Amino acid sequence: MILLPCLIPLLPLAAFAVNLFFGKRLRARAAWVSVATSSISCLIAFYCIATVVRTGTMKAQWVWIMLENTPLRFGYLIDPLACVLLFVVTVVGTLIQVYSAGYMHDDPRFTRFFAYVSLFMSAMLTLVIASNYVLFFMAWEVMGLCSYFLIGFWFEKPSAADAGRKAFLVTRVGDVGFLAGLMTLFAVTRNLDFESLGASAQAGGPLLAVAALLIFCGTIGKSAQFPLHVWLPDAMEGPTPVSALIHAATMVAAGVYLVARSFPLFEIFPDVLTVVAITGTLTAFMAAFIALTATDIKKVLAYSTISQLGFMVAALGLKGYGAGTFHLMTHAFFKALLFLGAGSVIHGTGTQDLREMGGLFGKMRHTALTFLAGSLAIAGVPPLSGFWSKDEILAAAYQSGHGIIYYVLLLTAFMTAFYMFRLVFMAFFGKPRSPGIHAHESPAVMTVPLWILAAGAVLIGLPGSPLMGNWLGRFLAGPHTHGEHALNLVVMFSSILAGLGGILLAWLFYVRAPQLPGIVARRASLLYRMSLNKLWFDEIYHVLIVRPFCFLADLLYGFDQKAIDGIVNETGLATVRTSRLKAWIDTYLVDGTVNLVGALVQLSSALVRRIQTGFVQHYLLMILAGILVLIFLEFRP
Amino acid sequence: MIIPLEHLLVFGAFLFAAGIYGALTRRNILGILLSIELILNAVNVNLVAFSRSTSLSPETGQIFALFVMALAAAAAVVGLAIVLALFRIRKTVWTDEINLLKW
Amino acid sequence: METLAFLFQWGLYALLAVTAVAAVGVVTLANIFHAALCLVAVLIGVAAVYAALSAGFLAAVQILIYVGAIMTLVIFAIMLTERIATPASGTANRLVFPAALGSLVLFIVLSRLIFSTAWPLRPGGNAPLTAEDLGRALMGPYALPFEVISVVLVAALVGALVIARKDRP
Repeated sequence: MILLPCLIPLLPLAAFAVNLFFGKRLRARAAWVSVATSSISCLIAFYCIATVVRTGTMKAQWVWIMLENTPLRFGYLIDPLACVLLFVVTVVGTLIQVYSAGYMHDDPRFTRFFAYVSLFMSAMLTLVIASNYVLFFMAWEVMGLCSYFLIGFWFEKPSAADAGRKAFLVTRVGDVGFLAGLMTLFAVTRNLDFESLGASAQAGGPLLAVAALLIFCGTIGKSAQFPLHVWLPDAMEGPTPVSALIHAATMVAAGVYLVARSFPLFEIFPDVLTVVAITGTLTAFMAAFIALTATDIKKVLAYSTISQLGFMVAALGLKGYGAGTFHLMTHAFFKALLFLGAGSVIHGTGTQDLREMGGLFGKMRHTALTFLAGSLAIAGVPPLSGFWSKDEILAAAYQSGHGIIYYVLLLTAFMTAFYMFRLVFMAFFGKPRSPGIHAHESPAVMTVPLWILAAGAVLIGLPGSPLMGNWLGRFLAGPHTHGEHALNLVVMFSSILAGLGGILLAWLFYVRAPQLPGIVARRASLLYRMSLNKLWFDEIYHVLIVRPFCFLADLLYGFDQKAIDGIVNETGLATVRTSRLKAWIDTYLVDGTVNLVGALVQLSSALVRRIQTGFVQHYLLMILAGILVLIFLEFRP
Repeated sequence: MIIPLEHLLVFGAFLFAAGIYGALTRRNILGILLSIELILNAVNVNLVAFSRSTSLSPETGQIFALFVMALAAAAAVVGLAIVLALFRIRKTVWTDEINLLKW
Repeated sequence: METLAFLFQWGLYALLAVTAVAAVGVVTLANIFHAALCLVAVLIGVAAVYAALSAGFLAAVQILIYVGAIMTLVIFAIMLTERIATPASGTANRLVFPAALGSLVLFIVLSRLIFSTAWPLRPGGNAPLTAEDLGRALMGPYALPFEVISVVLVAALVGALVIARKDRP
């Protein structure tokens, strides 16, 4: 029974292995392998949540490695925070996998897709129930890898391959900071468990603050905060279910979850929290600003995601621990709904450009209605879920004392409602703008998840609302006594006004007087161009970072070619030259000496040979000479 | 002794030297043969002179001279046979034309 | 008596001189036949010397063997090769000078040696040997060389036959 929670991530992992190795044989059934494991994990998760609600946190740990007397552990920690995430990830994940079975139906690498999605689910669930930073970071990295695989799933398209690479590299930048933060934390506290984080962080000190900031770098990367948000819009190159799962509901939420888990560390340093809040607010506003002029349906949703993530991060920075987590939950449902709805629209119309759509309400009823529900939720219209969570965040901002943050967030909420309904009016209402579009509704396997998610988008806010006595807030609060605040009517009314005002303005601009957007664009052309060009972030990064880096790479390549290859070639040439020299020496000196000896012998023998004349009288003369010599030697000396 | 031994010996030496000269110089093979006979005779003269005047056994000298004579005869016979064979093949008796005794 | 001895002595010297001159003729004369005849003269002269030295048997044998047999043979051979007897380029080859030098040096050296050696002389000379003495010596101490020389003569005979015969086809 103690190992039951371990099954939650292990079942999808098994599905990954099965789909990877037996995919060719399984074909269409691979989807059901993934869905089945995901559903079972969902059921187990519900059981664990029920257990935690009744009896409190579930946890278990085992020792993995001993590092100089400090044990490195791994295990699970299912506390209220983990429960919320478990619920979100398993439910939304399962629904999206069902949807994908229909959406990815004709893809040649169908089984590989489900293998990757299962691997991703496994990693995300590991991250959610991880009991310490080490296991958390390992799952974090695997998720980054899956994101790369899935964004670049259609890698035959160069833009998709580039997007995958971009996502991986940009989040890597954040991950480096994260790892540095972990190492600093370990160096100071020699403890990486989440449970005891609060206690071990009491020591405080500047080094620990640095560790907190560095850990936040991971969030900046993974949750697409400013300035590392540039990968998320490009990630829309991946299939729409991927966008829904990874970039709406789950992976991007992991960054927020990281801050939430590290909250005991963060709340010791008010300055760090301020940095977090400012980053979140800035991100929220900037992303909403860019979304105002986006024409691709998925890009609008992408920037919307960035903006909402900014809200969550800001909430955490404002010590609104419960508010941020609540918004994470509601956002997962309505953003997943919106993305899957967009997928349905793309599937039905064959285009992603808003300017070519129009009048889809009649042709795609299910999609249109569910999409409307999601849009109302994100705009913050009560009593849908988005209203309750956003309201909590604004309340936390109002009460934090940082007035400017409150007003910026309020303005952002207004902008959120505007651009969402701009999308709705342009796509679903009015007359079809492009004659070639023959829209049709999507099959049931795609629309059923949409309705389920729509139900979630409408209802999921209730547990956290005052209507149910702030149950979620109290459930989460546990050891944290702040996060409790009374109902603030001022904030509530201003947020409702902001939402309705945004919808109204959108109706004005895109239904009543369609010429207005053009006029405003010309009047405020600088602002218009800033929004349209996404504040030139990609261009700036390209010039400041990418180009110098490529230049450096080319330089080193040239160095390698000339210097290193040059050395190798020179060595080869030197060897050839030396061998030629040696050949010369061998031929002329060595062989010459040998030949010389031979020639000398021949010469001397040619000389001596002449004694043998063949004439006997010559021989006789030589004998006479010899005798005379002997006589002289014998008788004269 | 009628004449001092030395004089006879010098005579013998003279014959010997003359024979050497002839053996080296003659172009006709038979001329070389004649010179060789001269040399052998010089030796005989010496031997007989010694047998007549020295205090060693007298028979030795003369017997030796006898044997030398026999050998000289044998040598002359064989030499002439060689000359005949050579003449038959080479059709010449001139030594400068015969240089076969070499590698 | 004195004059007889004196005459004898000078006669002997004259004989030696003549023989010497004849020897020079052997080695110098161009005509080989003349050279052969000079050799005959030398041989007869030497026989006379043997006689003067009381070696009578040897003198007889000398005439018999050398002049009678060997010279006959040589003259035979000369006659057989007569056709090409007188060449245009002379009888002596190129070695004249070294040969003359060598012979001269040899003669001088030998002469000096002869005159500087202390010969073990028996005063008054030895008694003349008779044929009987020689015969006894041949059958006695010198029997072995006697037998050997007969073998040598047979070998020479056979060898000469082999060398001189015509090759059978």
